[in-house]
Amino acid sequence: MIEIHEVTKSYGGNAVVDRVSLTLPAGGLTSIIGPNGAGKSTLLSIVSRLMPMDTGKVLVDGLDVSRTAGDVLARRLSIMRQDNHITARLSVRDLVAFGRYPYSKGRLTAADAEHIERSIAYLGLEPYQNRFLDELSGGQRQRAFIAMVLCQDTDYMLFDEPLNNLDIKHAVETMKLLRRLADDFDKTVVVVLHDINFASAYSDRIVAMQAGRLAFEGSPEDMIVPSRLQAIFDVDCRVHAVGETRLVNYFE
Amino acid sequence: MQADAKRIAPSTILLASAVLALVSMVAFMTIGAKGSWSFLLSFRGTKLLGMVLVAYAIAVSTVLFQTISGNRILTPSIIGFDAMYTLLQTIMVFFLGAAGAGSVDPRLQFLVETAVMVGLSLLLFRALFSGASRSLHLLMLVGVILGGLFRSLSSFLQRILDPNEFVVLQDRLFASFNSIDANLLGIAAVATLAVTFVLWRLSPTFDVLSLGREASIGLGVDHQRVVTLLLVLIAVLVSVSTALVGPVTFFGLLVASLARQLTPTASHRYVLPVAVCIAIATLVGGQVILERLFSFNTTLSIVIEFFGGLVFIFLLVRGSAR
Amino acid sequence: MMKPALIAIPVILLLAAVSVFTGVGSLAAADDGRGWFLVVESRLPRTLALMLAGAGLAVSGTIMQMLARNRFVEPSTAGTAESAALGMLLAVLIAPNLPVAGKMVCAALTALAGTALFLQILRRIPLRSALMVPLIGLMLGGVVNAITTFIAYRYDLMQSMGAWMSGDFSVVLRRRYELLWIGLALTLVAYATAARFTVIGMGEAIARNVGLNYDRVVALGLAIVSMVTATIVATVGMIPFLGLVVPNIVSLIMGDNLRRTLPVVAVSGAGLVLACDIVGRLLIAPYEIPVGTVMGVIGSLIFLQLLLSRRSHAG
Repeated sequence: MIEIHEVTKSYGGNAVVDRVSLTLPAGGLTSIIGPNGAGKSTLLSIVSRLMPMDTGKVLVDGLDVSRTAGDVLARRLSIMRQDNHITARLSVRDLVAFGRYPYSKGRLTAADAEHIERSIAYLGLEPYQNRFLDELSGGQRQRAFIAMVLCQDTDYMLFDEPLNNLDIKHAVETMKLLRRLADDFDKTVVVVLHDINFASAYSDRIVAMQAGRLAFEGSPEDMIVPSRLQAIFDVDCRVHAVGETRLVNYFE
Repeated sequence: MQADAKRIAPSTILLASAVLALVSMVAFMTIGAKGSWSFLLSFRGTKLLGMVLVAYAIAVSTVLFQTISGNRILTPSIIGFDAMYTLLQTIMVFFLGAAGAGSVDPRLQFLVETAVMVGLSLLLFRALFSGASRSLHLLMLVGVILGGLFRSLSSFLQRILDPNEFVVLQDRLFASFNSIDANLLGIAAVATLAVTFVLWRLSPTFDVLSLGREASIGLGVDHQRVVTLLLVLIAVLVSVSTALVGPVTFFGLLVASLARQLTPTASHRYVLPVAVCIAIATLVGGQVILERLFSFNTTLSIVIEFFGGLVFIFLLVRGSAR
Repeated sequence: MMKPALIAIPVILLLAAVSVFTGVGSLAAADDGRGWFLVVESRLPRTLALMLAGAGLAVSGTIMQMLARNRFVEPSTAGTAESAALGMLLAVLIAPNLPVAGKMVCAALTALAGTALFLQILRRIPLRSALMVPLIGLMLGGVVNAITTFIAYRYDLMQSMGAWMSGDFSVVLRRRYELLWIGLALTLVAYATAARFTVIGMGEAIARNVGLNYDRVVALGLAIVSMVTATIVATVGMIPFLGLVVPNIVSLIMGDNLRRTLPVVAVSGAGLVLACDIVGRLLIAPYEIPVGTVMGVIGSLIFLQLLLSRRSHAG
């Protein structure tokens, strides 16, 4: 369970995250949506202790993220950011192996090797595993980073806009993959998403932020309704049910 | 897949560079040797030790600096660290007077300068890198100009001192691998050993750090603490090399770029020792070639600046600086 | 809008007067003949040399900034000064009996080659950021400087090289600085053609669009800059950052229409060099700090300030 208590973060008097309190239960896939500048990525960074908060507290399974030793937390929670620019020339395999660092501190054991093998296979990266990252396409590189997070094998996995810069095919593949992480491996997956329809189709729960505040939270059925979307994004839209999924049409 | 076949094993590269370094050291000790061995050992041996220390300090500090700053083109000397050390030396002489500075134990002087240097480089690094999204080009340019400012300030102060002392310090401003300050060798070696010990303890984090701040925190590294500690160690290494031979702007860049280019992996376990070996081979071997074969004197640093500058322009034009 | 010039000119005259009356030998104490001799043979030439060099470098900097379309370019951040020094060195080695004017022509030719090389490198960079341009120039200067130092070291000419690379007016005497007047002539040529450089500064496409012969104007600019730099390197030595600091400050106040700003740039350049020289002479009198060193400190401080306060100067 991730518990966020009254978290605030401001830059120069401007609160980017403003007294947000939120509890995310273990298991399932949660999407965080909201307009640009709503504080979604900042909140994710605070939860994953990449960014210090001004006030408030975040507990992951009861561990205070700002006090717990880095490597203890790294065995429980992992994060994948949107800009994965790495200057080091690494092969896919090297990168995935870094996922084991919290456990083995650079000295890989047989068990680690097995994890690496499995993650690479799970993402279908065997053909490229010895290629350098800068020789891969955007979609392949994204998969390599997801494999690294998978290899870190934490209960909580956070993804900051993982669909950015992906074409439709790779975006769908990525979302399906995150869904499988929750279903097949019992991971708790938290994703910041831009596209409401992706959130609607793949989430167990949706959290909406606006201007640094928590606006709404609930199941897709509760959240994907015109009145709420209008309140969050300030756009008129209609919602259509297609099978089990609700799709938002904001083009008319 | 076909890339696999072409790739040379990193251990082969390491072995080759080690052999190269060893050959150049042996050549330095033996070529044109006349007179008794005991004299040679103490005379050339001291010089060799000095050069090896300098090569080691510059190679290690540059590679690690590039790792923590997350790019392949910045080096401590390019952003002005060693010019800052020279300025510190000048300020010491300025306040003590040349006579006073001469009477202070050079080892004590070295320790004081290194301590101040550590503090100042932490400040400089924080000032340059803490800005939210400063561009890399701005960083480099500011660093280069700062280096120039430190140099101008040094010669400004030296002029104020008076012409006699101006000459004393002018010597130090010009890097010379030939006139290594032998008084400092002992303490420089001790400092380098101490740094190496701490680096050894930190070494498992190096590869993780090269993934960047966020990824390393995500993997459980106490980024702030490790980077600060590394900066302290880098500042000590820069002090060692600058105190021994004076400022050399591009040697680190040359060596680090070569090592990263030649080593087929980004793992520091290979890149660091390869860089050190290349540095030794370049410095010692270059000295042998220039001094013994062409009987040129003290021009090695100039040759290194020439090639280092070319590498820098090449890296910029090729766009490795984003 | 001639106000800045109206303020600047009296200031310059005042500085010039201070410059003439500052010095080791007191003018009043000597009997009439000797005082006059001192003024004509040493003081006046020095003051004139300072003003000519300052104006020339400031104008050269402005022209280079238009040619490279970058605010941070000037003879010492583009390899021009270093190339000129290399030319001087080669002239001294190959034809030691050549008069200074001849050596200066050599220096001008190498300066031209070095600057043209710099502009060529810039053209090859696909995505160039404004800050990369001076960075490449500084490094190119470093590489050329390494070549020069290497040769100078071999032939024991380090001292001459030091004199070319660091501006020092303490040696200026009558009949030893007159080459600098060539710089003034070139500065006037630059003024006469100022409008063209303004257009060049807007880019090749715009320049060709208004019917300008782009290549010819660039060649003219390069020739002026190289010659001016060469005269300064050959007579008094390089003064770093002057050509950067002055045009930038003038441009902040008055904009970039060269026809209007060039006189102010020239006059302010002269004034800044005079001021730096007076500071250098007073600080540790009776010794003096060379103006190149003073300007190295002040210039890099102002340069840093310009860099860090830069908002949205796109390059």
